[in-house]
Amino acid sequence: MTPASEYFGGSGGLAWGDNVPATPPGESIPPVHIHDARVEFGSDSVRKGALFAGLEAEFAAGVFTSILGSSGVGKSSLLRLIAGLPPRRGTATGAVTDGDGKPLTGRVVYMDQRDLLLPWLSVLDNVLLGARLRGEPCQRGRALGLLAAVGLSGWEDARPDVLSGGMRQRAALARTLMEDRPIVLMDEPFSAVDAITRLTLQDLSARMLAGRTVILVTHDPIEALRLGHQVQVLAGSPAWLDPPVAPPGVPPRDPADPALVGLYRVLIARLQAAA
Amino acid sequence: MTARPDPSQALAARAVARGRTWRPGLRNIGRTAVTIAGLLLLWQTVVWATGVAPYILPAPRVVANAWLERPDYLLTNAAVTAAEMLLGLLFGGALGVASAILIATLAPARRWLLPVLVISQAIPVFALAPILMLWFGYGMASKVVMATLLIYFPVTAAFLDGLRRTEPGWLDLAQVMTQDRWAVIRHVRIPAALPALASGIRVATAMAAIGAVVGEWVGSGAGLGFVMLHANGRAQTDLMFAALATLAALALVTYYSVDWGLRRALPWTPDSPLDDARF
Repeated sequence: MTPASEYFGGSGGLAWGDNVPATPPGESIPPVHIHDARVEFGSDSVRKGALFAGLEAEFAAGVFTSILGSSGVGKSSLLRLIAGLPPRRGTATGAVTDGDGKPLTGRVVYMDQRDLLLPWLSVLDNVLLGARLRGEPCQRGRALGLLAAVGLSGWEDARPDVLSGGMRQRAALARTLMEDRPIVLMDEPFSAVDAITRLTLQDLSARMLAGRTVILVTHDPIEALRLGHQVQVLAGSPAWLDPPVAPPGVPPRDPADPALVGLYRVLIARLQAAA
Repeated sequence: MTARPDPSQALAARAVARGRTWRPGLRNIGRTAVTIAGLLLLWQTVVWATGVAPYILPAPRVVANAWLERPDYLLTNAAVTAAEMLLGLLFGGALGVASAILIATLAPARRWLLPVLVISQAIPVFALAPILMLWFGYGMASKVVMATLLIYFPVTAAFLDGLRRTEPGWLDLAQVMTQDRWAVIRHVRIPAALPALASGIRVATAMAAIGAVVGEWVGSGAGLGFVMLHANGRAQTDLMFAALATLAALALVTYYSVDWGLRRALPWTPDSPLDDARF
């Protein structure tokens, strides 16, 4: 990844995101089971519809799953359901549990496509937000380490408004990693950053999130194939999940790999068939 | 190569940005001075042109003389009015903040307190002035209560509005991080609503002087309102105008101090200066 190192002005190798040890998750990794999920909106008289009607899904423990789908198909709604958040509109029902039938509360971290940094907190305090909300002691050292890992050394005390879009999203990634949860939900986390930053953030995420149950929602087949142990297409109305496609090799994969190019065609065909 | 911004440069840029919000402040003071000078000139011209009697409209110079003759008298009374304003701001602000948080966090408070709050605004606070005199006496207390009542509503309404309009994404993020509802209110909803509270306090500051002076008019032994009433009774029109000028100065100083303090306290508030010559 020479271009990235040049871009970030590092002297020899990447200026950041390199040689960051994967933090092993502190607790056992659960799978995610979704049973009979329904998200319905509209009343009887007005336009009534359902994003999901009896959706069933299982995401194995420790597996990185990429979910592809066109806009509005319900990708974000699926993640919100797993995160325990109410749908943006309509009502949601259904059971989201780990393998043992227990709820996932407190074991999930959620990263949105918007950075959602709080403008009144410094970058460091944004990374420490979860600990602050839970009244836990702040692990400043770990937070500073994560900020260094995402290339934001020296920016700890800056307010988010002086950061560029890519830097803000890197801070949001540091905040996500700081949470150290076994289940990681990501909603198009890198859709708003430039191509090179996206590659570096993908590499970083693949390395730092290895071993966790990750569900990444994206509309970019390349991103899905680079990062996922398996890729599933969410399509239809009400939506369902296609059988997974499993790219060979270990993520993060080289996007120019011929095997990936072949799978890219498969996924595009599935997405086109669904449209 | 140079795409990576440097922290120190960005911080310097922020300092410049802050300076940009500062200099118009100084320029505004300059403009205000020019406006006042223009009005004084107009006033003087009217007095010369019409030859109006000094007990109807004294010339600026006469008013200035009246002020210079008794500066201690005017300043001690201005101090009383200022104290009433500031105490009113303090109590009204504190009550408003507390009510807004209570209404925002507790459903019963929302159901019971909010309608009472709205209905209470149907009663003109000035109409209560004689009753407040009766209950709290002719001293400062009744004026402070008056100013407090006047300030309470804009502060409550603005802060409550801010508390209601928290960015939903921030609440989602916080909800996944914790189950503690109060922690989310404390660390997300309340700070996010502070710019709205600041707007409410600015409006309230402008109203503080009205509350104090109207209270003094109804009955008092000190304050600029008292000076005006007293001077009116003795046909000392020049002294009335001197008191009025002092009150205007007091109101301006209070407003700009509060505005400056709020800006300093909330530097992260989104700001798109109207002088930016864009839209």
